[in-house]
Amino acid sequence: MTYTSRRIKDKLAYSLGLFCLAVAIVPLASILVEVVRNGISTISWQFLTSVPGVPGETIGGIAPAIQGSLLLIGLTSLFGVPLGVLAGVYLAEFGDNKFGRSVRFLNDVLTEFPSIVVGVLIWVLLVVTTHEYSPIAGAAALSIIMVPIVTRTTEESIKTVPNSIRDAAMALGIRRWRSTISVVLNTAKSGVITGVLLSIARISGETAPLLLTIFGSNFFFSSWNQPIDALPIRIYRDAFLPDSISHQQAWGAALILILIVLTLNVGVRVATRGRYGSSRSRM
Amino acid sequence: MSAPNQPSEKYKVRTEKLNAWFGNNHVLKDISIGFLTNDVTAIIGPSGCGKSTLIRCLNRMHELVPGARTRGSVLLDESNIYGKGVDPVTVRRRVGMVFQKPNPFPTMSVYDNVAAGLKLNGVRDHAILDKAVQRSLEQAFLWDEVKEELDKSGSSLSGGQQQRLCIARALAVEPEIILMDEPCSALDPIATAKIEELIASLKEQYTVGIVTHNMQQAARVSDFTAFLYLGQLIEYGETTSLFENPTEQLTERYLTGKFG
Repeated sequence: MTYTSRRIKDKLAYSLGLFCLAVAIVPLASILVEVVRNGISTISWQFLTSVPGVPGETIGGIAPAIQGSLLLIGLTSLFGVPLGVLAGVYLAEFGDNKFGRSVRFLNDVLTEFPSIVVGVLIWVLLVVTTHEYSPIAGAAALSIIMVPIVTRTTEESIKTVPNSIRDAAMALGIRRWRSTISVVLNTAKSGVITGVLLSIARISGETAPLLLTIFGSNFFFSSWNQPIDALPIRIYRDAFLPDSISHQQAWGAALILILIVLTLNVGVRVATRGRYGSSRSRM
Repeated sequence: MSAPNQPSEKYKVRTEKLNAWFGNNHVLKDISIGFLTNDVTAIIGPSGCGKSTLIRCLNRMHELVPGARTRGSVLLDESNIYGKGVDPVTVRRRVGMVFQKPNPFPTMSVYDNVAAGLKLNGVRDHAILDKAVQRSLEQAFLWDEVKEELDKSGSSLSGGQQQRLCIARALAVEPEIILMDEPCSALDPIATAKIEELIASLKEQYTVGIVTHNMQQAARVSDFTAFLYLGQLIEYGETTSLFENPTEQLTERYLTGKFG
């Protein structure tokens, strides 16, 4: 009797979980399907390598946008990743005081900051003052979005490293900074990388701050003080044009953006995969 | 309190009126005890009596806990490791430690685990590292079991092997003293027997201090035994006489299982 009712409850809970999973996945899957369905026919060698055509007449390509997005991701990571990781290490290992708590709070606020506000800030600081849209301004805005995410996830994953590991390193007569970098951070590596990848995915899709900092362009990168293009901007501008050729270009650009983020994810995972897999699964 | 009648210079390390606190909690009270060179000294006592704290004071690991502090002195080769200007890091290189739960570095191979202490202190020469890794693993009775798989993850070994790996890791930096904090409490009897055998061989070269709450183990492996209770050193003497003929009533009651 009770056994049967337990089994029914078990089945019920299981089905409910399955149902919720399906509900959560449907929108995600439908977006992917829709983007692939509309975008795949646009993709060609020409689309990937040439500059945009005349709106409404020829489709051309989105090469400047691809180049710009990769440039921005690279430039932002160059500054954002070391800064974020070191800030996270500081908060996790030395941040148990008033200063650390304030930094942590501000960092959390910054994580949720509307990106358009970040765009306006950089626009005022770097665009208005120099009268130039530039990749530098774009990377600066994206860094402000990236750093808090990397900081937070680095701190969280370093906190999962058990104290016994720190003790072991200290007992070997290893200096604290050395142990923090080579033992503790190394143990937390997989979590830190997850954070970095999350932040890259996030900045790859940011549009609002880029409108105010790199502006968008039909041409390849020419100098550090000229506007450049980026995929989200290309998609945004195309979507507002009335003709179907521009819409076609937008779908193609959306597909390429998704593929770039996906490739980066898989690539970084493979390149940084420790020989012994994730540290978390072993502890 | 009886102490072995040895001139003080025979002690590799000894404490003088050592006190230790965690915040306001006074966990060690005026402990004066010596560890003789090339002997095994066991520290026994019920949980929370300060055994672990005592050995963590001997390599200045105690002070790493926030709020922890000490008073009194610890003399390593008759020089105070709590003296002014003494770098705790250099003390820890001379006094190695093995912990209760095997704690190999999870992202490192067997080889890198053993070499960690040298590598992270700047040794880059592969010949030196190879030699140190082999010597330490041999001393820890682990070489024959892992020599074919030095590239494997340290955490892929069995619990007993992991603990011997941790011992090898401590030996690689060539300390003078090895402290063990209940090294067998997470191990099965066979792995425990291996570690005990290992301890007997280590004392030929090192001074060994071992904390254990297993009285039989203390009787088997040690030359001298100290009994701690509520942060105080109740009795200290040769292991055989302490176990067969304790002078303090408290020791006798503990040894016969009346409390603790």
